[in-house]
Amino acid sequence: MSILVNKDSKVIVQGFTGKEGTFHAEQCIAYGTNIVGGVTPNKGGQTHLGQPVFNTVAEAVKTTSATVSMIFVPPAFVGDAVMEAAEAGIELAVIITEGAPVKDMQMAKAHATKHGMMTIGPNCPGVITAEECKIGIMPGMIFKKGSVGLISKSGTLTYEGANQVCNEGYGITTAVGIGGDPIIGLSYNQILPMFEADPETKAIVMIGEIGGDLEIQAAKLIKEQITKPVVAFIAGQTAPKGKTMGHAGAIVSGSAGTAKEKMEALEAAGVTVVVSPADIGKAIKKVLG
Amino acid sequence: MNIHEYQAKQVFAKYGVPTPKGIMVESVKDAVVAAETLGGPVWVVKAQIHAGGRGLGGGVKLAKSLEEVETLANEILGMTLITHQTAAEGKLVQKLYIEDGADIKDELYLSVVLDRKLEMPLIMASTEGGMNIEDVAENTPEKIVTIPVDPAIGFQGFHGRELAFGLGITDKAEQKNIITFAQKLFKLYMENDAEMIEINPLVRTGSGEFLALDGKMGFDNSALGRQPEIAAMRDLTEEDADEIEASHYGLSYVALDGEIGCMVNGAGLAMGTMDTINHMGGTPANFLDVGGSANAETVAKGFEIILKNPKVKAIFVNIFGGIVRCDRIANGIIEATKITDVNVPVIVRLDGTNAPEAAVILKNANIANLIVGDDLGDGAAKAVKAAAEFKGK
Repeated sequence: MSILVNKDSKVIVQGFTGKEGTFHAEQCIAYGTNIVGGVTPNKGGQTHLGQPVFNTVAEAVKTTSATVSMIFVPPAFVGDAVMEAAEAGIELAVIITEGAPVKDMQMAKAHATKHGMMTIGPNCPGVITAEECKIGIMPGMIFKKGSVGLISKSGTLTYEGANQVCNEGYGITTAVGIGGDPIIGLSYNQILPMFEADPETKAIVMIGEIGGDLEIQAAKLIKEQITKPVVAFIAGQTAPKGKTMGHAGAIVSGSAGTAKEKMEALEAAGVTVVVSPADIGKAIKKVLG
Repeated sequence: MNIHEYQAKQVFAKYGVPTPKGIMVESVKDAVVAAETLGGPVWVVKAQIHAGGRGLGGGVKLAKSLEEVETLANEILGMTLITHQTAAEGKLVQKLYIEDGADIKDELYLSVVLDRKLEMPLIMASTEGGMNIEDVAENTPEKIVTIPVDPAIGFQGFHGRELAFGLGITDKAEQKNIITFAQKLFKLYMENDAEMIEINPLVRTGSGEFLALDGKMGFDNSALGRQPEIAAMRDLTEEDADEIEASHYGLSYVALDGEIGCMVNGAGLAMGTMDTINHMGGTPANFLDVGGSANAETVAKGFEIILKNPKVKAIFVNIFGGIVRCDRIANGIIEATKITDVNVPVIVRLDGTNAPEAAVILKNANIANLIVGDDLGDGAAKAVKAAAEFKGK
């Protein structure tokens, strides 16, 4: 068991034949991901990486029965690509592209929701079920199969956290990088209950950062619904006020969205909060014994 | 990206959002000419910097004669303005906006922002104009009207009625005026990929018109490519020179006050590295994300920018390679030591893609001052220790 994706998930790639799409699709196939085709307008009928290329997502879904799409199209076309996937019947779109305009994401996410399609990202490393299915750009080799679920706004902190958990000997069920943009798809409050329901997941690592209030909402949900132990880290305790720190979403205005406020809320919900990401592995060892 | 008040008012004018007449100037002489052109009898002399609170800081003043315009322009132009939104050292005033005095009956507040929870734009209005909206929200939240507008349906009549009644506007002509005003403002917000527009104060004149007396606008950086007119309004003198230089190399840099320079891949890990240094008793000198396409050149540039800061006593390079390959970073570090005088200890922790190859490269290069960190905790601890023991360059 795992959440969201597994070795049987049929995956297509939007932006399949581009430089990024090609490089990462190749890595995903090498990891074992069941990539069944891709979409690049005007390249329909060709074969790329041993898989068929289609002009439209609708055609790709009809022919391959894919349910998941990994999106690598350039930033200006992300909104369009997400809406196309939603109408074509894709169930989960994983948006890797960085720099999609926020307005486009508002429209695209609302449309995806209307069509019952889940989204992850944009501007994220993707989702990986250890040793089964990698949909994204993370270094696959650090994710060993195990019993810890991981959710993170940050890409490299996902790797850092997963690496520590694996070095302590526990391993990962599924890791989801949700992205740090102002508008994102699945977030803590949709993914935490999935881990709670997954029998293989014994503990959860949650990595957040300054800005917004998703972590505060998560604290509330954890208190009410999550019985499995949760270890959390919030990045940006030392970030100055009013400055954007890399991620567009990581900006503190006034007292709202500070690391301190989020850490306190999570602690009050019974979460083991670490002050440095260097302590994530040790904290998992402590809660799992 | 933020723009100046005078630029915001140009955008307002394009959309028919009413503002008082005004002219931007860069000299005292032009300020007087502008005042003459506007006609008076009352003018407002306003400092143009990218920060709020200009009035309280002494950057906005009323003039009742041309002589007074001259005196005030002389006083404000070239002053260093310190407000609650500027850094402690303040901002140099290089531009002024000379504006017609308005017939103010009362002052209101109006803004459009992105509501991240609702994932749609939100119109916020209040009868408490001229005050800090955060304070109003804290002390008298009942005085703020919030109206989410779904971009799929756009600004409808009911949004306008909620706004007018929410502000307690009962006069029918005034209702029509405020609704038209908000409708145009929303159109502007959507069509230009704005992130936030704030009008504080929005004034009601004696004749029941509404005027944007101030204007603050921020735009989505990711959308500037399709907003060339907005992008052209960028004022680089309002931004940190080192941050701009870093951005040319795909680096994201923010200067801080501490002693340990940081070079990290990924925004989250970069913040996490700063937090770890802080937790171990050190102080980070900067935030620096080398991004996903880091190579020898960008790493070398990163060192150069970090070392410009005289406070730096050690540099911690913390890379967890995913797309970024550690061997490229290692080569970058070697390159940097060749072209830049790296005169402080450098602590390097490289993990992930091609980390073993990187370790060999660094070992063979035999660089003085280079200390290897085994993991994040170990690297941060060594950096804090090295900075504390640093005797000088």
